[in-house]
Amino acid sequence: MRVRAQIGMVLNLDKCIGCHTCSVTCKNVWTSRDGVEYAWFNNVETKPGTGYPTDWENQNRWNGGWERTKSGKLQPKQGSKWRILANIFANPDLPEIDDYYEPFDFDYDHLKSAPEMKAFPTARPRSRISGERMEKIEKGPNWEEILGGEFSKRSEDYNFEGIQKDIYGEYENTFMMYLPRLCEHCLNPACAASCPSGAIYKREEDGIVLIDQEKCRGWRMCVSGCPYKKVYYNWSTGKSEKCTLCYPRIESGNPTVCSETCVGRIRYIGVMLYDADKIEAAANAEETTDLYDAQLGVFLDPKDPEVIAAARADGVPEDWIKAAQESPIWKMAMEWKVAFPLHPEYRTLPMVWYIPPLSPIQNAAEAGAIGMDGAMPDVRNLRIPLKYLANMLTAGDEEPVAHALERMLAMRAYMRSKTVEGVIDETVAKRVGLDGATIEDMYKIMALADYEDRFVIPTTHREQVEEAYDLRGGEGFTNCNGCSSGISQGSLFGGSKKPLKMPEEVR
Amino acid sequence: MHNFLFGIYPYIALSVLIIGSIARYERDPFTWKTSSSQLLRRRQLMMGSVLFHVGVLVIFFGHLIGLLTPIWIFDALGISHGAKQTLAVVAGGIAGVMALIGGLMLFHRRMTDPRIRKTSSFADIGILALLLAQLVLGIGTIFVSLEHLDGHEMTKFMSWAQGIFTFQSDAASHIADVAWIFKLHLVLGLTIFLVFPFTRLVHMLSVPVRYFMRPGYQIVRSRRTKPLSHR
Repeated sequence: MRVRAQIGMVLNLDKCIGCHTCSVTCKNVWTSRDGVEYAWFNNVETKPGTGYPTDWENQNRWNGGWERTKSGKLQPKQGSKWRILANIFANPDLPEIDDYYEPFDFDYDHLKSAPEMKAFPTARPRSRISGERMEKIEKGPNWEEILGGEFSKRSEDYNFEGIQKDIYGEYENTFMMYLPRLCEHCLNPACAASCPSGAIYKREEDGIVLIDQEKCRGWRMCVSGCPYKKVYYNWSTGKSEKCTLCYPRIESGNPTVCSETCVGRIRYIGVMLYDADKIEAAANAEETTDLYDAQLGVFLDPKDPEVIAAARADGVPEDWIKAAQESPIWKMAMEWKVAFPLHPEYRTLPMVWYIPPLSPIQNAAEAGAIGMDGAMPDVRNLRIPLKYLANMLTAGDEEPVAHALERMLAMRAYMRSKTVEGVIDETVAKRVGLDGATIEDMYKIMALADYEDRFVIPTTHREQVEEAYDLRGGEGFTNCNGCSSGISQGSLFGGSKKPLKMPEEVR
Repeated sequence: MHNFLFGIYPYIALSVLIIGSIARYERDPFTWKTSSSQLLRRRQLMMGSVLFHVGVLVIFFGHLIGLLTPIWIFDALGISHGAKQTLAVVAGGIAGVMALIGGLMLFHRRMTDPRIRKTSSFADIGILALLLAQLVLGIGTIFVSLEHLDGHEMTKFMSWAQGIFTFQSDAASHIADVAWIFKLHLVLGLTIFLVFPFTRLVHMLSVPVRYFMRPGYQIVRSRRTKPLSHR
């Protein structure tokens, strides 16, 4: 057993209202620069839809993530190391910027500088790359917002696999949900695996996946390697960039910007302990439907004395062990089994998990005759097809998703009966394998979702490993020549190489 | 003048190449990159880039091996100068044409595509133009070489290049009487060495061969100052 800690996130889709506050605050903080105007480290998609970049879930087209070869070996879907290097001059799997959208701005100045005309002056769009006039904006980061566009296009959504989708184009049967997406900070990141320069690494202490901007050479294999298309090539700096999980905030015990600003309180951040020795076997599970269970098997129970001892031996700080014991992620993913990884079939063991959304009962006309399972409606009658959610969250296995939805319905029924009728109805709880106390805990965390219940983030222990004095005046993503230190210590002709100690590679 | 261009200029160019590259890698690693523009426009790059890179690599290693292998090794292996000359003309010719076609595609793309044109720096366009000019000159020398397939001319260049690398003060005299097109080709080649550290060409020094030596796929970094005792 090799214990490591990972900062994980859960998004409760049942409460997402699609307001895009997460995307906008993230944009303002991280990607409001040249070269990444088109990049959204966090974006919110309306589903069903093809998403951003268009059709990102179709790995037959992009070859992202991992595959299990016929001989049972785990390798990036874009190919073995030889294959990846063979494509280094021109990467056939790389999306073009038009697959995201061409970033644009408007000629606002024309509104005030236009000469006297018969028609009212307008601000027409202009490309942010070439500066040329754009006659028509063809795409944006959220082009399918609230089911925008015709069904025939949106229904190319990969999650319709194995579903008779035609009826969902009819007005009466249409359904909708939001899917906020960010980097998954995977346990088995495909971006890091495809990086020829070795610039992408996972941090041992908190599992955040980062790109070393000084080591990145712009071979752009990570962009195609990531199945979630959450690594972005900055065309201005020639380096790849991705969500950093706002590590400067996480390190000081604050939630990420997207989580902090989430008005629906749908985001949870906490620590998970996992066994690093089990990663490879778990990612290489034979059937894709086994991957969800395999990933659950990687997590370690932070209350198990054996795990605690091993964690201490592996240098996990005491407050991190304590945080893992109080982790909302552990409760939702492991205890209540209501949260699921996004597309486990990519074999990356993602660490941003989702609680599937409940939806209105199918077809209002049939409301009198819907299938009721005792006091609760049957989850198979919900408006969002179970298979659709399962394709998204469990590689198509409907059972775990149905189970989670039942528990969420039970939570509602139990709390309704308690607060409206004043009756504690333990049978509702029992039917879904829970008890009243657990349901009340679920209610506290999932429904009320107080700040300190959502975010259980221990601070980092940088004080033990580096001199904070050297870090002042850092500039983050910008060209950082010499800015890492206030003292300019020449390293070219001797002297200490760098006052800032970068983390080192470990096995 | 001849002695400056072929006896002294090589040392200036190579010094700037080496010291400049080290300084850039050391002081400004953030600028060390391929500057790929594939994201902005895929068209023309897929074919152009592969042709150009493969062609240039064959030519580069052809020159490296051809010029710097001591003549006695070829003699010992029983490869006649004429045979070597023929090999150089055929292989270099094919690779040169490949690189030229690819390079022209890339140049056309860079100059005419508004996205690429706008995001190109002076150095991006300049170095591509220099390389294309060098390719044209290089292919041009083939026609001169065809007139003396015995390989005698070629040994002059080998003596010169090896003379430079072994610090012989009379290195330049070996090529005093060669055709002007060869001389132009040499001066331009040295100039490319000279500007190398200031352009995107530096990415060729970062060929990711270490990727193969990496055990497994994943990289984990730790801030721990000392490794854990039991690991």
